[in-house]
Amino acid sequence: MLNSFMSYLHSTVTPGEAGNQLWALIYVLIIFAGVSLTVMWLINWVERKALAHFQVRLGPMRVGPHGLLQPFADALKLMLKEDIIPAEADQLIFWIAPVIGLLAAFTVYTVIPFGPSQAVSDMNIGILFMLGVSSLGVLGIVTAGWASNSHYPLIGALRSSAQMVSYEVAMGLAVVSAILMTSLNSTGTGTLSMIGIVRAQQEQHVWFLFKFFPLGFIAFVIFAIAMVAETNRAPFDLPEAESELTAGFHTEYSGLRWSLFMLAEYAAMMAVSSIAVTMWLGGWMRPFPNLLHGPAWELIFSLFPGLSFAAFAGFAFIGTVRMPKHSFFKVQRIGLGIFALVLAFIALVLFVIAIAGRNADTSIAASFREGIDYVYWFLMKIAVFMYLFIWYRATWPRYRFDQLMRVGWKVMLPISLGVLILTAIVGVLV
Amino acid sequence: MTEQKTPDQKAPATIPAQSKQLPGGLTDTSMRVTGTRLDPSGALGSRAASAAHLDLDTPDHPYLDSNELVINMGPQHPATHGVLRVILKLDGEKVLGTECVIGYLHRGVEKIAENRTYTMFNPYVDRMDYVAAVSNGLGYCQAVEKLLNVEAPPRANYIRVILTELNRLASHQLWLGTHALDIGAMTPLFYTFRDREEILKIFEKYCGARLTTHAFRIGGCLYETYAGFEKDVKNFLKFFEPKIDEYETLLTGNRIWIERTKNVGVISAADAIALGVTGPVLRASGVKWDIRKAIPYANYADFDFEIPIGENGDTYDRYLVRMREMRQSLRILEQAVNGIPEGPIMAKVPKVIKPAPGEVYHSIEAPKGELGYFIVSDGSTQPYRLRVRPPSFVNLQALDVMVRGALVADVVAVIGTLDIVLGEVDR
Amino acid sequence: MAEESKSPVPTPPEGEVKPTAEKAVPPASVGAQSPEKPVGSVQTTQAAAKPGGEGAPAKPAATAAAPAKPAAPTKPAGPVPMPWTSPMVEKYKAQYGSGLEAQTYLGQNYFSVDRSLIPDFLRLLRDEEQFDYCVDITAVHWPKREKQFDIYWILYSFARNERVRVRTQIGDGATIESSVSIWATADWLEREVYDMFGIQFDGHPDLKRILMPDGWKGFPLRKDYGILQQDKEWVQINLGIESGQ
Repeated sequence: MLNSFMSYLHSTVTPGEAGNQLWALIYVLIIFAGVSLTVMWLINWVERKALAHFQVRLGPMRVGPHGLLQPFADALKLMLKEDIIPAEADQLIFWIAPVIGLLAAFTVYTVIPFGPSQAVSDMNIGILFMLGVSSLGVLGIVTAGWASNSHYPLIGALRSSAQMVSYEVAMGLAVVSAILMTSLNSTGTGTLSMIGIVRAQQEQHVWFLFKFFPLGFIAFVIFAIAMVAETNRAPFDLPEAESELTAGFHTEYSGLRWSLFMLAEYAAMMAVSSIAVTMWLGGWMRPFPNLLHGPAWELIFSLFPGLSFAAFAGFAFIGTVRMPKHSFFKVQRIGLGIFALVLAFIALVLFVIAIAGRNADTSIAASFREGIDYVYWFLMKIAVFMYLFIWYRATWPRYRFDQLMRVGWKVMLPISLGVLILTAIVGVLV
Repeated sequence: MTEQKTPDQKAPATIPAQSKQLPGGLTDTSMRVTGTRLDPSGALGSRAASAAHLDLDTPDHPYLDSNELVINMGPQHPATHGVLRVILKLDGEKVLGTECVIGYLHRGVEKIAENRTYTMFNPYVDRMDYVAAVSNGLGYCQAVEKLLNVEAPPRANYIRVILTELNRLASHQLWLGTHALDIGAMTPLFYTFRDREEILKIFEKYCGARLTTHAFRIGGCLYETYAGFEKDVKNFLKFFEPKIDEYETLLTGNRIWIERTKNVGVISAADAIALGVTGPVLRASGVKWDIRKAIPYANYADFDFEIPIGENGDTYDRYLVRMREMRQSLRILEQAVNGIPEGPIMAKVPKVIKPAPGEVYHSIEAPKGELGYFIVSDGSTQPYRLRVRPPSFVNLQALDVMVRGALVADVVAVIGTLDIVLGEVDR
Repeated sequence: MAEESKSPVPTPPEGEVKPTAEKAVPPASVGAQSPEKPVGSVQTTQAAAKPGGEGAPAKPAATAAAPAKPAAPTKPAGPVPMPWTSPMVEKYKAQYGSGLEAQTYLGQNYFSVDRSLIPDFLRLLRDEEQFDYCVDITAVHWPKREKQFDIYWILYSFARNERVRVRTQIGDGATIESSVSIWATADWLEREVYDMFGIQFDGHPDLKRILMPDGWKGFPLRKDYGILQQDKEWVQINLGIESGQ
């Protein structure tokens, strides 16, 4: 067992390839726990605080220092709520709809490459698998609307599913144009595997975002817009807006079931962001791997994880110092201080690993350092996208449903087709 | 004070030539519903069949056509700005007709007026359009002053103008925030409310209340301007001008905003006039008419400002008209605060107000439209009849015409753009 | 400015700007409750509000003349309705003869017309005199009169920038033609008049209550409807409580 554990540490393939079920299980658990926790805690907190700051207010401040424990309080409240199921609803389908949504959202994480070997499994149809399974989320929404047995959720569910389906076409075409770029190597064959796509970017020494400028960029923009529509986020959130008449497919869901839908939505957001990051933004690669190469630069860039956590720790420390010096705030001050210390400790550990593993040998520290770096850059890029999601929500009004469909079919589809054809032509010519 | 002008003296109104004269004065023939219960031949036209076609329990109209759906935007709804019930008849997403059910906030203000003296009734008028309370007070005080045949002194008028224009800004800001929220942009709401706080602070310093201010008295103002009033208003002007630019940056050029508001809720000028719509809604349809210019009151003739108008009469034009009105209000405020004359703030009005028997109608340009007071006096200290002509009540009638043929999501936008306050609709 | 007091009590300014309101106290046939309040610079220190101090309601007939002013030598004569002359008035007087009176009071012009002239006169006003904007339609209840209701149309013309009132009188239970076919805005305005006074408008497409609940009995703005009166039956059935008070 220990053998199985240790033998994998220097592997260059994913546990799925290596047949290492223990590590595969570890990865799955880490991903599930990590994604759930991230979504529930980090993204929820960041969304509420960021939205609040956009709107010139503070956001949650009381539950935990600066509202850091607010998501836990919300989760607890939702769990303790009465589980209401409409009498007319189809009980089994009502129960199973959020499960379907969750399954679809979480299953795609098995192929998301956090690093060259940091994925559960590297299927050679990776991207196809991702697009296919994430489309199953629509099924969850439709079954939710249907099972509610009430025509407002049904209309909302149908609208939502129509929207998601129509933007998947544009998404798919944009993805195909990125995949075309993977075939610009010596053998002339591209790959659908996620890790292969990032390796292709690595070999071609360019993020596909900048390849054949502006074609790659346009494909990326198409995908970026389509993924917002895909996840029913603003400005495409008419199906779940409150001030519209049909209140959305999750009207009849309360308490924990509703939070499962929200979990699925945020997980899907992260999943499509990771597709975007993998296809166009170079996946786990650090910025400028070819321009700024060499052990010195490697060391500098590997300090970034530690620096990030040190920065977080610094913010937490400043928050602790600036907390009002009143007895009401004693607990919050202590809590925030402890949080700052924890973050500082993590930063310290990361620094140690970065420095200890600076010689690219096969020591445990080096392999840990590499793994951490890969995962770090991948997550940072996803974080940028999540922030963009929140920014869009704060800024823009929402599209009316017919305008939304028009944009999806009449604008995005032709453009993505055009980009695809042009990419193919340019790829052949160049 | 005479309201009769010879035709060539002042002709501020320009209305387009009416293309086809239909019954009721409407020119919209696109969505005509004829053959209703009370009007089988359809002779009364589309407008006349407004609610009758939604009549649900007559034997000659089936309850539900196979394609049609009657749904209810209930009295309690995040987007109806108060207790308003809108019954929508839909064909899929398209609205075939609407019926508004109002009266949930009816408090019998006109009946109360018959049982209070003129002075006692003054605080009640603030509660009608509670968003723009100062304007209500201005209209009422001026109507009673007209009945008494007195004129408030110029200093009082300047103070009145300053507070009323500040109130107009506050009302438009609230409109902007809630309208944007209904359409989905959540951020402008917070910005406008934060900036509105500055206006409410000035009100609080002046008369002690932020919202229902009871700022004016019959004959003038009760309170002299506090020390620092001019400075506060000037600081506010400096503070606020870039804020309008901020709101415009967020919304005016925003592709999504334009798509949600352009050609939504269109009402032609002829329809608007026939329906009695006033205020920014009328001006956005192209009719250049503002009571402050047409029948000036309270020294508005001293100030130089423009009347913004729109072209298409759609929601986007109403948005632009109100934004420009805010800028013009800033102009008026600047002129007013720089030129407050010295003098008394209260005319010589007896302590017990007992107007001669007679009647008078006086209207002002409230932020929502023409707010009119029709007071009939029988010579006693209490009004014999006090009728309030509320702009929101009449504007809300136009909802039906404006959303025919639009989609469900537009109904919310149109209700927002009409800028109704249910306190005024129901009184 | 020295005289300008900053206290909240309004002190009278010096000199009269305009004649102040005339307290036209008609001969007090209903108890001598209302002492004549002197108008002028002397402020009484008594309580200002005397809600009971009303005189008998004046009864303006179609040909209004000011009620007889009491012979108080200190009060100037107050405003009275004056005859209103204009080309438009001449035209309609010629057309309608005695059924139409035109007056002006405090600068506001109004027609008092016979019931039979409605709705033709209104239609003429819109079509020929360009009064295309109906500002308001309202009613006043004079219970002691034979024709109890005054109905007012307040009209405005954009082209002429002129506002005019048209008044007619009808009796209790009588109906009057609806103006919906003339101005579309009359729809809700007439519904409110019906709701508050009970006046039926013939030809209105959907005359039902607008502000009061459907099924309410009684017309609240009539003078015989008490201010605290409620339709007890409606309250009990719909709200489930014994009384709304």
